Amino acid sequence: MNMHVQIGWRNIWRNPKRTAVILTAIIIGVWSMIFLSGLMRGIADQMVRNGISNLTGHLQLHPHHYRRDPSVDHRISDAERLAAVLRQNLPAGAVWSRRVRVNAVAGNARHSSGVTLVGIDPAKEAQLSFVSSAITRGRYLRSGDNRGIIVGKALLAKYETRLGRKLVLMSQDATGEISSRAFRITGVFQTELKATEKQFVFVNLTAVQKMLQIDSAISEIAVLLPSHQQADAVAGQLRQALAEHKIDVSTWQDLLPLVKATIKIYDSFIFLWFLVVFIAMGFGIVNTTLMAVFERIREFGLLKALGMRPGWIMRMVLTESLFLLMLGLLAGNLLGMLSIYALAETGIDLSAFAAGLEFVGMGRIIFPVVQIRDVVGANLVVVVLGLAVSAYPAYKAAHFTPVQALTHT
Amino acid sequence: MSIEVKMAWRNLWRNTRRTVLTIAAIAFACLLLVFMLSWQFGTYDVMINTAVGIHSGHLQVQAKGYNDKQAVYQVVPDPASVSAAVAGVPQVTAHTLRAKAFAMASSARRTYGAMAVGIAPASEAAVSTLAKLIFEGEFLAKTDTDQALAGRLLAQNLKIGLGEELVLLGQGRDGSVAATVVKIKGIINSGQDVFDRSTVLIPLGLFQESFAMQGTVHEVVLRCRSLQDVAPVKLQLQDKLAAQIKSDTLVVLDWTELMPGLLESIKLDLVSGFIFYFILIIVVAFSILNTFLMSVFERTREFGVMLAMGTTPGRLTRILLFESSSMTLIGILIGALAGAAVTQYFAVHGIAIADAAEILREFGLPERIHPRLSILSVTIGSGIVLVITFTTTLYPAFKVRRLIPVQALRA
Repeated sequence: MNMHVQIGWRNIWRNPKRTAVILTAIIIGVWSMIFLSGLMRGIADQMVRNGISNLTGHLQLHPHHYRRDPSVDHRISDAERLAAVLRQNLPAGAVWSRRVRVNAVAGNARHSSGVTLVGIDPAKEAQLSFVSSAITRGRYLRSGDNRGIIVGKALLAKYETRLGRKLVLMSQDATGEISSRAFRITGVFQTELKATEKQFVFVNLTAVQKMLQIDSAISEIAVLLPSHQQADAVAGQLRQALAEHKIDVSTWQDLLPLVKATIKIYDSFIFLWFLVVFIAMGFGIVNTTLMAVFERIREFGLLKALGMRPGWIMRMVLTESLFLLMLGLLAGNLLGMLSIYALAETGIDLSAFAAGLEFVGMGRIIFPVVQIRDVVGANLVVVVLGLAVSAYPAYKAAHFTPVQALTHT
Repeated sequence: MSIEVKMAWRNLWRNTRRTVLTIAAIAFACLLLVFMLSWQFGTYDVMINTAVGIHSGHLQVQAKGYNDKQAVYQVVPDPASVSAAVAGVPQVTAHTLRAKAFAMASSARRTYGAMAVGIAPASEAAVSTLAKLIFEGEFLAKTDTDQALAGRLLAQNLKIGLGEELVLLGQGRDGSVAATVVKIKGIINSGQDVFDRSTVLIPLGLFQESFAMQGTVHEVVLRCRSLQDVAPVKLQLQDKLAAQIKSDTLVVLDWTELMPGLLESIKLDLVSGFIFYFILIIVVAFSILNTFLMSVFERTREFGVMLAMGTTPGRLTRILLFESSSMTLIGILIGALAGAAVTQYFAVHGIAIADAAEILREFGLPERIHPRLSILSVTIGSGIVLVITFTTTLYPAFKVRRLIPVQALRA
């Protein structure tokens, strides 16, 4: 084996220029696999994080039917008992918060439109969603402050209003009547997507409960776990524990079907990209190896005449390809990681396409993310398929007859 | 046929296997590009047509500032004169009037916020696709006075069905309370959640009456013969409006201004697509560079002989360029033809992407995507491959000029 390694290594440097050219092809190919998959994972990751902090959390608990028909008619009255179950079943480090979430109409003298009214427990909510950290003007809600409301920056502009002004919220209460209540804008939040800023308004949980006449009932509990990978397991456990409570437990994948589908599409796209890039460099690998084999026909003939077995020659040629592939992979991975590392701090700023990003629900700055399975996948594709396509020249080399080879000029 | 072409052609087939592999690499890149570009252009067309059909039309005449604020008091004061101006433009196939306002929509059991849109049923059907999106019931008729269409999700949220009553409560143009009762005649399903969750369509007459519009509207929506007509029609209309109506409060907006996100997201997709294609072709270029380089280096002695016999370096370069460019051209030809064939096949049969239906629906795309073969996608795809591979071949072809006969003969 040692001999093969040595001969193989020396053989690829017999023609440094040729080796350099094919290595360049492999390196660019591998770099693109690592770097572009990192970018795509970054986009997907951002979508997931945006989605999760956009009031989704990792898990949500709702009364039956609420998700199909999100109205005040479906609510959880025994929130305390539910909290007890949660305390028992959630892993250490998990946080949860109670909410009332209903459709409402927000209006002032200038404008009115539909919004999602969210009643929150300010202290708890701060631990699991974007609201408290996204306040750019004014202040966050204080518990007990039943007149304050937090709105998005885009909503403020649409209503031509400002901090301290009134906003009237109207929604259907538990009796089916329209109840309205005036709030004073105490804080303004800003998010990546304008749609979020226009959609959500936040008030104290107790204020909504009073407005809708639902006592201490709530419409959802959002749970943030230490890691999003735990979502499925914990959801299963909760479903069992809450079997007779008439509660739906949904994971973030259930709640964000679009994000889930996007990630799936990215998965297949990344794999296809690996394959396409490989095919592009595969032609080069075959051609280069073929050339390297054919110009050494006499040499192979001589080796065979001296008694070298075809299997050994095949192994020798394959070892050469393996060296090429390994060198290419090494440099390609290194470059890929370096470019990802270089962008890890600043990200790629796509503000030039701001309206387009908004349209497809993407943030403006993309931070590449390395996923081990992509890196492993890229390397495997290149090594396995690379050796597979080199088998043809190797087989050729091994099956020249000595006479054929020695008479070749 | 000149001697150079003949020699180049024969040289090409001295090593059939290598030539075939190189041509295959070029053809592969070309095929992929033609297909992918046709795919992209095909989806853009559908996205634009759907969005234009449901929402914006090709062009709209509005009051200045209405597009940003959509306030009910920002009206087109004299729609009849705008209609007259529009009717005189030959490229405009149809136009319609719309008025819009936010309203609280209440059924017997529920209340939701909704966008009430007043439409003129007959001309609306000629301008937009709304009439074709009826999911249940029927589209509005010209004679309807108190009928309405509701988006599918809105109807679901309101728990309301055909024939049931819906109360609309909003703010009129003059700030007064606007209230009206309508009967649901049909349910509309566009597939785009935001639209289906928030839209109630009512007859324009009823809207104008309830919202105190006094004959005014918010939008004059135009449909042109094709997307290419949009820009010239816009200019023509701007002039006409300025001349005939002498009003600087009206603006003509095209679909890219009405839906800025759409065009930019298409640009974004196109740009990211080209980054991928560019990298792919660079990989292909280096893959085939070796073929070109080797076909020169292994023939160093041969070139030495030719130079020694008096062949000019220029002629050598020409021969090599003929060799490489015929390889490139054959590859591109095969790739473009195969790419066109594959594209045409899928253009007819469509491609379904597993699990993507929901995403596609959001962008107004059907479940099966039909790439669209066009001269543009074939020429752009082939053109990129041609430029990059041809650049690759220049290096060896010019390198050969630096050979010195005596040294070359000893190689």
